[in-house]
Amino acid sequence: MYRYDEIDQRLVEERVAQFRDQTRRFLAGQLSEDDFRSLRLRNGLYIQRYAPMLRVAIPYGLLTSHQLRTLAHIARKWDRGYGHFSTRQNLQFNGPRLEDTPDILAELARVQMHAIQTSGNCVRNITTDHFAGIARDEIVDSFVWCELLRQWSTFHPEFSYLPRKFKIAVNGAEADRAAVFLHDIGLQAVRDKGGTRSDGASPGGEVGFRVIVGGGMGRTPIIGHVMQEFLPWRHLLTYVEAVLRVYNRYGRRDNIHKARVKILVKALTPERFREEVEAEWASLTDGPSTLTEEEVRRVQGQFTRPAYAQLPGDDVGYAAQLATEPAFGAWAKRNVHPHKVPGYAAVTLSLKKTGVPPGDATADQMDAVADLADRYSLGELRVSHEQNLILADVRQAGLHALWQKAKALGLATPNIGLLTNIIACPGGDFCSLANAKSIPVAQAIQERFDRLDYVYDIGELDLNISGCMNSCGHHHVGHIGILGVDKNGEEWYQISIGGNQGLTRAGAPAALGKVIGPSFARAQISDVIEKLIGVYLEQRESEDERFVDVVWRIGIEPFKERVYGGHHQGHERHQRSLAAA
Amino acid sequence: MAVIIKGMNVISDPWQRLELNADGSLPPVPPAGDIIVPLAMWQRLREGLLARPGRLGVWLNSNEEPAAIAEDLRLFGVVAVNFPKVTDGRGYSIACQLRERYGWKGELRAFGDIWRDQLFFLAGCGFNAFALREGEDPREALTAFGDFSETYQGSVARPLPLFRRRHLT
Repeated sequence: MYRYDEIDQRLVEERVAQFRDQTRRFLAGQLSEDDFRSLRLRNGLYIQRYAPMLRVAIPYGLLTSHQLRTLAHIARKWDRGYGHFSTRQNLQFNGPRLEDTPDILAELARVQMHAIQTSGNCVRNITTDHFAGIARDEIVDSFVWCELLRQWSTFHPEFSYLPRKFKIAVNGAEADRAAVFLHDIGLQAVRDKGGTRSDGASPGGEVGFRVIVGGGMGRTPIIGHVMQEFLPWRHLLTYVEAVLRVYNRYGRRDNIHKARVKILVKALTPERFREEVEAEWASLTDGPSTLTEEEVRRVQGQFTRPAYAQLPGDDVGYAAQLATEPAFGAWAKRNVHPHKVPGYAAVTLSLKKTGVPPGDATADQMDAVADLADRYSLGELRVSHEQNLILADVRQAGLHALWQKAKALGLATPNIGLLTNIIACPGGDFCSLANAKSIPVAQAIQERFDRLDYVYDIGELDLNISGCMNSCGHHHVGHIGILGVDKNGEEWYQISIGGNQGLTRAGAPAALGKVIGPSFARAQISDVIEKLIGVYLEQRESEDERFVDVVWRIGIEPFKERVYGGHHQGHERHQRSLAAA
Repeated sequence: MAVIIKGMNVISDPWQRLELNADGSLPPVPPAGDIIVPLAMWQRLREGLLARPGRLGVWLNSNEEPAAIAEDLRLFGVVAVNFPKVTDGRGYSIACQLRERYGWKGELRAFGDIWRDQLFFLAGCGFNAFALREGEDPREALTAFGDFSETYQGSVARPLPLFRRRHLT
């Protein structure tokens, strides 16, 4: 966990004071709605369909049990007793009063938290792999680089009023669990192939980053372009600064839907964009913002290191429990993940129980999870972009007891990586932007596929739902993606297949899903998903071949045919025109 | 005479800022006094403007290139940058480029849709004079320069990032 120093703490407190004054001036009529909007947004405060929404930053998804208890306290005292963990690894409160938000921010500052730059047209919370620091395929501990970037981006004077929001992701492992090809900037850690340096100072190759720019979802989904294959780590901040400057100067501001950096990269072409960045970088490179080894070490030192016990290896009792208790084994297979330290494991606590909106947690659950983190995972936890909570440092010997407790709390649904581990935005139930509801769709699908044995047969499948084209539910990169669309005031759903969030396994790069055809009414969705799954089960060559692998191998035609049929398609249209009439 | 903030003080503004007419034509040139002219006016009346008595400044709109005046900077008493809307943040980068890339050392003025809540960031990018929008009290706004007591990243105002200053104190 990163511990604030005196300056970090002072800055968040000064931010609270600044926002308290801004809110006071707004409530006193000294700032107009418009004036206040640009200020409250960079403090995470939206005015939503039914109430304000406050988005709290959880930098790179890392949280202590103490902080989680404070979030629970805030949910009880100022909100409706629960919070929503978002796909940006943040937490949203869906109903605080505007007048209370300065006090909420002050409460957050007491536990080294804030809502800085969680919305607005600025550099947002930097996200990363939820297995950072513990993954066996680790190249670097990405938390350190995220924190360096967090400090660099916090209150950056030049980039406070960008054309649009700007999202950076860092991945420090071999497998891409941060979706680096789908961010405004994606940074993939790499080690220089050179191996040992001639001076012998470096045991491996030098660390650098593959810099990917202009990826993103939203209404124009684009896979990012590699701008640098290997950017030595010292130049990280100056290069990112050059990218941001080019974007700030030339990104479109006339149309909110064409304002992200991906549109600029596309308009200029990646080659021209790279040249512009290089020209800008020339005046920044090797300047004072060039990172130093001392600074990287200092930030590393601000992170507490988990105090692991020296264990001989895999726990014998755990292996026995796996063999004798099938239900425990089923949970462990999906929700327990390997750890780089012998005898330890990471555990996903599922926030995807059927009947509960994905990512929602009650204050009581937060408190209970905080207790679990203290008892089993050295007092820390992480929020994953799949909207689950991770206990990253659990001794294998404690897994069985943890499982029983998690089960009692409704957090042990053994569905990680499976169809029912649905990613969904809050949708039309909460969000003023949404065209359609997403949560009831998720629930209907979960109910249909809840016969877990059946789910196991289907294997790994990412199903993502967004309530509108802003794609907060990441539908473009779902193996199956569902998008809410508005047709003459009615809620319809478009389905795409074949998307993939990133290189999570060899040979399976980031990909955007393809729309299978005309959209459906909500009541039809579960049937359609079942038909898609039916084609997959018939076509797969082995249980190792996942749904998305089959889509890539045989194309979307067989799936289309099953869903729409020949004459069926006309019937479908007829029905829709009736519904629209 | 309007008041502006300059170097943390509120002063009367000796400069008169000219704008193009609505149809894009040039406004008349005042016979005397210090004037800040739009870029197009500078480009079209260059010699005439230099020959008149009084000091000369130029202002850039947020979509204009600082490179267009890079060679002429020594001729100006002030360079100003317009913020047509508070959310149009191009002026921040224009300021950084004028200071860092083209070496402008003189008065760099922000004007347009700006008020106290932008001052800290504007100053960070190298602006040292501020003509706040109508209705703002520049004296009250002065406290905004102290909104934050420290900055992490390097900036025009403070080229060394915090991590290079930590061991200096």
